[in-house]
Amino acid sequence: MTLLLQQALQFPGRLSALAPTGPEAILIRDWLWRPMYATALVTYVLVVGALLWAAFRRRSAPAEEGAPEGPKRRLGLGVGIATAVTTVVLFVFLVATMQVSRATTTGPGPNPIRIRVTGHQWWWEVEYRDARQDQWFTTANELHLPVGRPAELELVSPDVIHSFWAPNIHTKLDLIPGHENLMRFQADSAGVFRGQCAEFCGAQHGKMAFQVVAQPPDSFAAWESRQRQPAPEPADSLARRGRDVFMGGSCPLCHTVQGTGAGGRLGPDLTHLAGRRTIAAGTLPNTRGALAGWIVNPQGVKPGAKMPPNPLSPDDLQAILAYLETLK
Amino acid sequence: MTATVAPTVGPGRVPEPLPELIGQLEQTWRDEPGILGWIKSVDHKSIALRYMITAFVFFLLAGLQALGMRAQLARPENTLLGPDLYNQFFTVHGTTMMFLFAVPVMQAVGLYFVPMMVGTRNVAFPKLNAYGYWTYLFGGLFIYAEWWFLNSGPDVGWFSYVPLANSVFTPGKRADVWAQGVTFTEIASLAAAVEIIVTVFKLRAPGMTLNRLPLFVWAMVVQSFMVLFAMPWVATATQFLAWERLVSTHFFDPTRGGDPLLWQHLFWFFGHPEVYIIFVPALGMVSSVVTAFTRRHVFGYPAMVLSLISTGVLGFGLWVHHMFATGIPQLSESFFTAASMVIAIPTGVQIFCWIATIWDGRPRFTVPFLWVIGFVVVFIIGGFSGVMVASVPFDRQVHDSYFIVAHFHYVLIGGAVFPLLGAFYYWFPKVTGRMLGERLGRWQFWLFFIGMNLTFFPMHQLGFEGMPRRVYTYLPETGWGPLNLLASIGAATLAVSVILLIVNVWSSLRRGLPAGDNPWDADTLEWATTSPPRPYNFALIPVVDGRGPVWRHPEGLPVFGGLRTDVRDVLLTTLLDAEPDSRHRHPVPTIWPLHAAIATTITFVSLIYTPWGAVVGFPLLFIAFVGWAWPRGRDHREQQVIEAERPVEVAS
Repeated sequence: MTLLLQQALQFPGRLSALAPTGPEAILIRDWLWRPMYATALVTYVLVVGALLWAAFRRRSAPAEEGAPEGPKRRLGLGVGIATAVTTVVLFVFLVATMQVSRATTTGPGPNPIRIRVTGHQWWWEVEYRDARQDQWFTTANELHLPVGRPAELELVSPDVIHSFWAPNIHTKLDLIPGHENLMRFQADSAGVFRGQCAEFCGAQHGKMAFQVVAQPPDSFAAWESRQRQPAPEPADSLARRGRDVFMGGSCPLCHTVQGTGAGGRLGPDLTHLAGRRTIAAGTLPNTRGALAGWIVNPQGVKPGAKMPPNPLSPDDLQAILAYLETLK
Repeated sequence: MTATVAPTVGPGRVPEPLPELIGQLEQTWRDEPGILGWIKSVDHKSIALRYMITAFVFFLLAGLQALGMRAQLARPENTLLGPDLYNQFFTVHGTTMMFLFAVPVMQAVGLYFVPMMVGTRNVAFPKLNAYGYWTYLFGGLFIYAEWWFLNSGPDVGWFSYVPLANSVFTPGKRADVWAQGVTFTEIASLAAAVEIIVTVFKLRAPGMTLNRLPLFVWAMVVQSFMVLFAMPWVATATQFLAWERLVSTHFFDPTRGGDPLLWQHLFWFFGHPEVYIIFVPALGMVSSVVTAFTRRHVFGYPAMVLSLISTGVLGFGLWVHHMFATGIPQLSESFFTAASMVIAIPTGVQIFCWIATIWDGRPRFTVPFLWVIGFVVVFIIGGFSGVMVASVPFDRQVHDSYFIVAHFHYVLIGGAVFPLLGAFYYWFPKVTGRMLGERLGRWQFWLFFIGMNLTFFPMHQLGFEGMPRRVYTYLPETGWGPLNLLASIGAATLAVSVILLIVNVWSSLRRGLPAGDNPWDADTLEWATTSPPRPYNFALIPVVDGRGPVWRHPEGLPVFGGLRTDVRDVLLTTLLDAEPDSRHRHPVPTIWPLHAAIATTITFVSLIYTPWGAVVGFPLLFIAFVGWAWPRGRDHREQQVIEAERPVEVAS
């Protein structure tokens, strides 16, 4: 119960580029944003101050009237100095940019967690690719990381361009059909962070979010080993009936449940659905009610989504929900 | 029939010839009466005015879409606009603002004032000018008609990234409407660019050497060259996209050897210069207003001109900073970071020069001048955020977030709309002969200033908080609600300001104070003639002997004789020194540009629906252009270009 409450409180996850926890996001805030912001603030005050002073300064007698050429040398000096200062400041920014750029695009180092993130219209497929292929597993819209250990993300897309962005941890990088982009990805403190697709990708671009769950190494290891298990055989009869409804309906055409006959690849892998924090790509908390609403009428939540409505009878719906809840 | 100088000379004006010659000039240059005459007009002022009014209507439409979007985003999980409508709103908003408002309106101001500022009677290629306008109008109407009547409003963004915009992910006609609609406006802006360049290079008044050109004219020349170099890229891109959709080419299809990034390179190689195509004329407007209201020529003329030109050149070296998040190699990113930062320098130089000019001068705080002050105060915020997003790592953090929405609205509203509105208050008396209301003008300015900052400043913070662009709604738990509500209130304030502008124009047209020739005591040649200008602009062509000719000759400008008044004679001068070169007969009103524009429209629109459109369209175009170029009887026999070999006498 407390866990549920905690989860509800952390939905939809922390979200800010100015409260970073990934090394790259920290570098950018501290070495680019803060100095540039301070410089901009000072420069702004200076320029607007100069403008207002120039406009409102007290002027001597109207002797200058009719003499369109003024005190050129002093003005020239002023313009020259301002230009020179501008140039120097920009040069400093350029050097800082190159330094931070290099520091934020390093490789992941030895032994990273390899994760392949695939952008789909409009959800994220997340595949953990261990060195041994039989240890691979797939989840959706949720990226678990052990705190302090880098991952290497392979970002790909089979349909349109998406962009992967969790501002607390790192900058964004596009997922482009025909390209594979790599990104070092590391969270330095535990917590749930929100991310969202940042490249316009069609009707439901606005509801294509995900969560990054950064957890202590041992709890990550526990999560990881659970994810590698196939779905358990449902214990009670309602859940068993639910499985039959699931398998007998159109669900397996799009969804996979490891350890069963359901092997569709168009929608998210549901093997451990009940262990996830959100459904519909970070749009709804993973509660029974939300799940029921989503199954019956996904178009009400995400108009244009690829999942069709499922007009189930109340009994079938309850059975399916019971079954899905066993997929921990 | 050659005009001679009569003794009637007003202060700072072009002298008037004898009344009967004036009557003849009027007869020669005026539009034909009636609706048909209106349609056949090739007068640069009539056409530019239509351009401006049309562009303003599109501005209002795009503004309404913006209001719709702000209403939708005012609170989380709002259902006012669903994703389908919202995506059309932001796509058509962006497309309209960029292609149907900002570029055309800047070119329209140029088409109106460049010929007058350089002291000639019409723009070069007047028939092309008419054709350009009709094409632009039909292109705009086409996009909106498809949207409203055929549910085919473009919905893949004003940038139409592939593969989203290809026929797999966007079946139907929406992306075709975008691609083809943009092609219309490309033609119109290429036409206007050519006209302005040739007008400036060949039709200047005698003595207006290149280093005496008003800064606004320089800005229009730079902009026109940018249009010439940038538009072919987007034309290529949109044609590739049209073929991809229509006949299944594979330029952008990675499974068949194409690459979606090719689209982005093509689009942004146009798309970034596009920003400067909008911004550079605005810089010229600021210079005009600053000059008039400080009664000083802008300080550092050579630096100003070089800044404009270097902005125009550098503007082509920045396009990749729209692609920093695509994963291109770091080395090339660094190059584009450097280029994006360097371009801040010429803009900085111009701002410093204006401040120096204001310091030196005696500013009069009229409404146009207020807009210039507002321009600096607002625009440089966008300039600073622009320097920030030139930095690759920082850009990759805020790219495609609301920080960027804030940034470019500060740049485009601050950098282009503020100067444009200043220019509007400044030149309205010249165009209409009446002053705009000052009091209402101040109200409008302050509402606009407050509304603009209220709308867009909070968006910086929303970007940091992770709000991506182009989302039709957001969850309450994100915490983006309050700042979005603030932005929506700002948008409503902006709307009130625009309504005040319309009220001001309406009442000033009816009851505004008569303006006289030169109400602001400004220095450029457009103020040396009547307000509104006669169809022939100047009764006699002025002779220029320095910068700011009107100030130099308070007693009346020297003029050039030797142009006929019974036919449409214009004077051609040499490229650098503007020495009289020859006379050229300008075309009389004609219906053919409209025919050609209709043929163009039929071709483009039908091509969307069937390749047979080409078979129908090209013969129509052929007929239209033959009619356009067909020699016309007596008119033609008289048409001759007379080389002025003898020294031309300059009356003064």
